[in-house]
Amino acid sequence: MSVVKAGMLTTIQDAGRWGFQSRGVPVAGPMDPVSHRLANALVGNDRAAAALEITLLGPVLEFVDERLVAVAGAEFELSLDGRSVPSNAPFTVSAGSHLRFGARRLGSRAYLAVSGGIAVPPTLGSRSTHLVSAMGGLRGRALTAGDRLPLGDPTRVPGTALAPQTAIVPLPDGHATIRVLPGPQVEYFSADALDVLQSAPYVIGHHSDRMGFRLEGPRLTHARGADIISDATPLGVMQVPASGQPILLMADRQTTGGYPKIATVIAADIAVAGQLGPADSISFAVCTPREAMAALIAQERALMAVEDRRA
Amino acid sequence: MNGAGTYRVVPAGDSAIIVEFDERIDPVVNARTVAFADAIQAADLRGVRDVVPTYRSIAIYFDPLRTDGDALMASVEREATQPSRELAIAREPVRIPVCYGGDLGPDLPGVAAFAGMREAEVVRVHTGTVYRVFLLGFVPGFAYLGIVDRRIAMPRHTTPRVRVPLGSVGIAGVQTGVYPAETPGGWQVIGRTPLQPFDPARDDPFLMKAGDAVQFYPIARDEYDRLVPDSHHLPAAAAARRSGLRGIV
Repeated sequence: MSVVKAGMLTTIQDAGRWGFQSRGVPVAGPMDPVSHRLANALVGNDRAAAALEITLLGPVLEFVDERLVAVAGAEFELSLDGRSVPSNAPFTVSAGSHLRFGARRLGSRAYLAVSGGIAVPPTLGSRSTHLVSAMGGLRGRALTAGDRLPLGDPTRVPGTALAPQTAIVPLPDGHATIRVLPGPQVEYFSADALDVLQSAPYVIGHHSDRMGFRLEGPRLTHARGADIISDATPLGVMQVPASGQPILLMADRQTTGGYPKIATVIAADIAVAGQLGPADSISFAVCTPREAMAALIAQERALMAVEDRRA
Repeated sequence: MNGAGTYRVVPAGDSAIIVEFDERIDPVVNARTVAFADAIQAADLRGVRDVVPTYRSIAIYFDPLRTDGDALMASVEREATQPSRELAIAREPVRIPVCYGGDLGPDLPGVAAFAGMREAEVVRVHTGTVYRVFLLGFVPGFAYLGIVDRRIAMPRHTTPRVRVPLGSVGIAGVQTGVYPAETPGGWQVIGRTPLQPFDPARDDPFLMKAGDAVQFYPIARDEYDRLVPDSHHLPAAAAARRSGLRGIV
């Protein structure tokens, strides 16, 4: 597969570089892990196979052999050699086929999976691109025109495509409600801070990227200062520097940080958050661990239904 | 409260728990933290994705759909209520050669002025301590070492440098460390090592891990030049760009 036009920010991502955070190595991986996994399921790949994450403005790609391809996540107009092709459904490409991403309708990040997966050499066990440390993917960077991407051997015979599936991640239209659980340092904030957090939407600032979203909205008040002894920074955690404006930490976050953390996005809502971009807004809603687990199980069932049907 | 000191377990969302010990930066607390993380790692519990010790707490990341929460909590309780261990038997320190001062250590004069010492004394003080790796963070392979002798514990620059070269050895208050990549940075750079703290192509990509002992030793400039690999300070992409430029110039 080769890159004719790269789009705004197109990177190679698998399920992330887990296991080395104790050595300061960020996890990276897809911003919307559910759509990433759905795209892989649609072409018969392992759920953790490396795929493309496509941001806001899509690429033009050329294929060099026959493959199954699927695009999930953000909705783009897709045309294969001039013919329109659907999202959330596998289609067959052949040598010389061009796939063009057109206008984006909804969401921020699409995932393109190719049967066999993208087979760049892994770094520390993962093919995920981490831009800041220039690790993984193709020489640690976003794709550019002219790049050629090695593909793995398909485990599935092309031509036995699944019917189109419904999207699993509800694509936000400029705004999303995201559920959080309090902590791990909620006691560092004033007693009303969780109410303040839920009182009005936060806008995602322009200096937001795969590392995190800088949020602008109701100011959160610290009760014990804005510094803690640096500790680990989980995916989806909201750290709050002295400004009182939270930063939502996403896929490319550093492994540790020194600001208190008021709340953490539940695993099931990371995918929706990953479909947001600068100028979009978020309403936060505190939920219970039981609700968080129920939402995650529902999401897993939807994914497994697709993964089970492909065989 | 028990013989092992206080600890508490705090959830961080639905996919991580944090085990916290005493809220201070202290070698004994950190030794307990690292030993705890090693034990949880060794237990190899289903669904656990990563175990990350920091100064005084451990993050345990897990897949909530694959992890037996009760088994995880039982492991945590069992390990946390173990009597305090002796400080880990001092491992042989990781020895790191450093060429101090000059253009490789532009902040050495400033630190000497801060300490009211000659530069050679700063070097003696910096190399005279066996440091502990409290944690790694910031960028891959960056180890936070302590505790730096108070006399040379100069605070970081108020305005960080845009680029600190790979291998730079810096001081930030009572912390010291080696930059494993060229990054922006505010630490007082007093020297540079020809060693690479992180190299993913190496059998062991990391020079240091949490809990290690580390000691710096001084080398002369000609020895630095002899030891430094050609590729040093030039990540692959930068090296490619640089050689391209040479072709043009």
